[in-house]
Amino acid sequence: MSLYNVQKLMYQLNRDPAARQRFDTDFESLLADYDLTEEEQHALRDPDIGLLYVMGVNGQILMHYAALRGFEWSAYIQAMREGELKHGPVRAGLYTRAEGR
Amino acid sequence: MSLVFAGVCSHAPGITGRKERADPVVRDAFYAAYDRMRQALEAARPDALIVIGAEHFANFFMNNMPAICVGMGEHYDGPIEDPQWLGIGPVRFPGAARLSMELIQDLMSDVDLAYAQEWKFDHGIMVPLHFLTPRADLPIIPVNINCQGPPLIPLRRCYEFGRALRRVCAARPERIAIIGTGGISHWPATPDSGRINEAWDRAFLKKFLANRREELIAYKDEDIWREAGQGGLEIRTFVALAGAAEGHTGELWFYAPIPIFAVGCTVAVMKLQADERG
Repeated sequence: MSLYNVQKLMYQLNRDPAARQRFDTDFESLLADYDLTEEEQHALRDPDIGLLYVMGVNGQILMHYAALRGFEWSAYIQAMREGELKHGPVRAGLYTRAEGR
Repeated sequence: MSLVFAGVCSHAPGITGRKERADPVVRDAFYAAYDRMRQALEAARPDALIVIGAEHFANFFMNNMPAICVGMGEHYDGPIEDPQWLGIGPVRFPGAARLSMELIQDLMSDVDLAYAQEWKFDHGIMVPLHFLTPRADLPIIPVNINCQGPPLIPLRRCYEFGRALRRVCAARPERIAIIGTGGISHWPATPDSGRINEAWDRAFLKKFLANRREELIAYKDEDIWREAGQGGLEIRTFVALAGAAEGHTGELWFYAPIPIFAVGCTVAVMKLQADERG
């Protein structure tokens, strides 16, 4: 359920100017609105794009969070690669690797 | 009147957002195919354009995910993404609210669907319209088939949905065009972004262009996912378009893998018969 909350937060950031405003001005209170584990809070705050990918955040949501956090395209792809090396294969969802199923 | 135009094209955000990083020769040939599609669309003199897309959590999320949703708005704004990231500035497209409402009502005889009076276009619709209606002067009816957040409806029902669209359009006095936009094989937004299974794409396109329903709906999601990537699940939009153009075959106007666009770039148009063009 918690992965759902991580994705919900990003979904709101991608589409809601008010959420974006809170991201700019009071990120901690925005995080506090969602039921997140410490690891998830860390990954969002840091941000650890690779870890978020490994957690199973849908790439179509994560892509925009990476851009919001200033990751240029190649850096964003590289962050996911490094995430797999550092944290292991994607843990859940559509983005698990075929050989991992 | 029935459908006056039917075709498919790619919608990947890199097509506009990373255009300067592609091989200009291939890119420009791809853009030229989009423009040929624009000219064919305009020549069909449509009153409205239905866009069957596969949006990416711009409007719909796992709190209330519609399998199929049809827009019913007065207008639609986009892109929801950062315009600089996508390479497309803010645009407002006219809707066709009354036509949408009547089509939706009629579709409900055959299909369970959701509707939305509010809808922000993401790259899945923005990129095709950037090329096909550059003046944003053609009323748009967006349609979304959930291709991103499983469970997804089976391909058989996508084809049936296309058939239903055809039926309701045939009952209208308006001239209606329709496009499907999605995959084909790709692994977007993954470390494998840029991977494209050209052989898989060409085999799929052969079936699509021949509009062989049984072969199209025989694909299994697990196989698609393994061989064509999670982005390959977007063939739902192509299969729905094939259903809308049942009985007609298509012509491939462009196909080439363009890795920096992260998809096998495709433009194809169905050969609707002259008696249906009016």
